[in-house]
This record gives sequence, structure tokens and C-alpha cells, in this order.
Amino acid sequence: MYEGVVQDLIDELGRLPGVGPKSAQRIAFYILQTETYDPSHLADVLTTVRDKVRFCEICGNVTEQTTCSICRDPRRDQTLICVVEEAKDVVAIERTREFRGLYHVLGGAISPIQGVGPDQLRIRQLMTRLADATVSEIIIATNPNVEGEATAAYLSRLLQAMEVRVTRLASGLPVGGDLEYADEVTLGRAFEGRRLVG
Amino acid sequence: MPTYRDEAVVLRTHKLGEADRIVTLLTRGHGKVRAVAKGVRRTASKFGARLEPFMVADVQLYEGRSLDIVTQAESLGSYGADIAADYASYTSANAMVETADRLTEAEGSSQQYLLLIGALRSLSRGEHEASLTLDSYLLRALSLAGWAPSFDTCSRCGTAGEHTAIVVQLGGVVCSDCAPPGAPRVGREVIDLLSALLRGDWTVADATDASTRSKASGVVAAYTQWHLERGLRSLPYVARTGESA
Repeated sequence: MYEGVVQDLIDELGRLPGVGPKSAQRIAFYILQTETYDPSHLADVLTTVRDKVRFCEICGNVTEQTTCSICRDPRRDQTLICVVEEAKDVVAIERTREFRGLYHVLGGAISPIQGVGPDQLRIRQLMTRLADATVSEIIIATNPNVEGEATAAYLSRLLQAMEVRVTRLASGLPVGGDLEYADEVTLGRAFEGRRLVG
Repeated sequence: MPTYRDEAVVLRTHKLGEADRIVTLLTRGHGKVRAVAKGVRRTASKFGARLEPFMVADVQLYEGRSLDIVTQAESLGSYGADIAADYASYTSANAMVETADRLTEAEGSSQQYLLLIGALRSLSRGEHEASLTLDSYLLRALSLAGWAPSFDTCSRCGTAGEHTAIVVQLGGVVCSDCAPPGAPRVGREVIDLLSALLRGDWTVADATDASTRSKASGVVAAYTQWHLERGLRSLPYVARTGESA
């Protein structure tokens, strides 16, 4: 145990995800001992981030204004909505530069065992966005795990009644992986979604 | 023995660190095991979908100090994909694995393991309505844990007869003499369905109507919550007849 403020700093750092007591101690001493490091910028960012950052009123992505930069951009294809679980997934898809439509962040996936049902997600807001018939296709890009698949199945049934095309991201073999290590489900999906070459 | 091998069904998973997961497994021979699956969240993970909830796998585990480590996994039954494709099956399967997790808190048994994989297999194939499979599983899992309900004889005095008063706290149906004042009564067809679900008589169970099933589900839910002491988180989300999505 250290005295006073040093221990307070270690305790606070240790509350962050993925930071254990040893890592917290290492970061604290780096801040204390490295003269070239100025912690005032980190302190400023930390104090302003909670005040400034909010969720986009349209898609639920993180933003500093009422709507996010993607929803405000008129060059984006307004007829496509890609439904993702978290704001982190928006960044992952944006990195591909393949998709030029809009997003909708659900805020998680349906997981009854963790107490998350359809009402805890932003599904109602998605339905509201479909009301004016500009959207022609919904791309469901929830994670390819059991919770994500169940959420996709729930959404597709809900959207059946609406005049909108519902698609799901393809799943199959990862680039750079070995076929012999592919599990039966993934390999089965890869066969299901095979395509013509040339 | 640093490593061991067993058949296991995945009950639930928790994220750990950057790309790992803690998987809670109900094994055939080692009871309930909590183990770390390293790198399982990476797209190129060697485990792939084998350690997703509701999957049955042949696993090799390395004994750790607090948590074991999964070193290899071969799929024995991949029920997850079929279950997730149907919302009613998915919510029912969630309630099943949560119950199995609770009932095996102290120790698991191979019978609980076999009962659970049988129920998950039936759900994935859509053999019966999902909520019926769930109710049958709950009654049988509680019976294996030592809380067998009685639907044929009075659970207090043992008198045989066509009783209709049901008191979950007393363990099932009770005769008119033993029934406390104001004890809830249900139709005989509900008792017959409950009895059929406990025996696994699917001819009787599949022939029942939606109203009878709904009343029977209410009794099963109350019975389960009473014996598990704390309510099941997933039970309120179970999509019953006609309300799936």
C-alpha cells in the first residue's frame, strides 16, 4: 500500500477494464516518474469526454453533436441501413470502405440469460426509421455468435411485414485461416454461401 | 493430472480481456467447469463456433489454479445455429441452460448433462413446441435434483385420486383434505399435461391446446422459481405460443 494520492491513482486506474493491480501500479509510476509526459491533456480529455459525448439521436452511434457525422453526411446512401450491435462495429465496418450507407446501433444483442430482451435494445427506433419508406435494404451485421444470430432471426421476422429487403452479412472461412481448423458450423456456412468463380 | 478430457455442453460465456472468453461447461464426468478459451473471439480462432452456448463438444482442458484452460475442442453436436434461428427455441434454451447452471452449482451429474443435451437436441430439431420442451426439461431437471413434483397422488398424504388443487410449496397436487384454504385449482387437463411432461409422454403433450399449455407453463414457472429460490433471469423473456417476434 502506498500513501494517499499515489494509492488513490492506482485504485482508480485499477477500476478500468483490462487493467489489473500490477498494470495500474506501472501506469501510475510512469505518470509520476516520466518528466516528458504531461498528464494535463489526459486529465482534460477525461473530464470533458463524459459531458461532450452523447449518442446520435438517429442511429445511436457516439457523437459530440445531436446527430453523428455519418447521419449528417448527404453523400451517404440513404436507402441502406446496416444494423450493428455496438458503436465499435461501425468503426470496424467503416475501415473496410466497402459500405456507403447508414448505420443503426442496437446497443447489444438479445441475451435473456443476461437480462437483455428486445425492449432493452434500440429496435423500436429502427422501426421508426423505416416508417417513411426511403430505406430499401436492411443489412443485419450482428456478431456471428449465438446471441447475434438470435437477434438477427428476431429482427428478420419483425421486418418481414415491411416492404424492405433484409440481408445478413455472409459468414465463412476467415482470410488467413487453415481449412482443417475450421469448425463444422463455419465450414457448413462457407459451403452454403459458395459462389461461382470466373 | 494436469490435463483431462471430457464431453461438455456450453452453458454460458463471459468476455475476458481482449479476445478471450470464460466458458461455463457442464461436463459428463467432471460436473460444472469454468474454463478460459483463449483467443476464441478472434475470427481466425481454432475454436470457432465450438464453444458457443448450446454447443456440445469433446474438450481437452488443462487444470489451472482457479480456472481451467481449454486446449482443444471437437464438436459433438452443434445445436446453437438451429436454436438461434428460431426465437422461441432460443429463449427456451436460455432458460434451460440457466436452470442447469443453477442446479449444478454444488455438483453436476451425468444425468443432468444427458437430460440437457437431449432437450437441446430436441429444440434444435423442432420436434415439439419450444415451450413444451422447456417445461418438460424444467420438471425433469428439478426431479433429478431431488425436487420431483407429484401430479398423481396428494403430495402431502399420498392419497391417489384426480386432485385439482395445486400448491407448489407442498410439491404438486394436494387432495381436498390437505389443500390449504384458497389453494389454486386448475383443470384436470392441465394436471394431465404436467404429468405427461414429467413422464415424457409426448403423444399426450403434443395433443393439448394453447390455453392448457399456458396454464401448465405458469405452474412449472412457479414450481421452478420456488425451488431455485432466486428467480430465473431468462424466464420472463421466453416467447410462448403465438408471441414469437
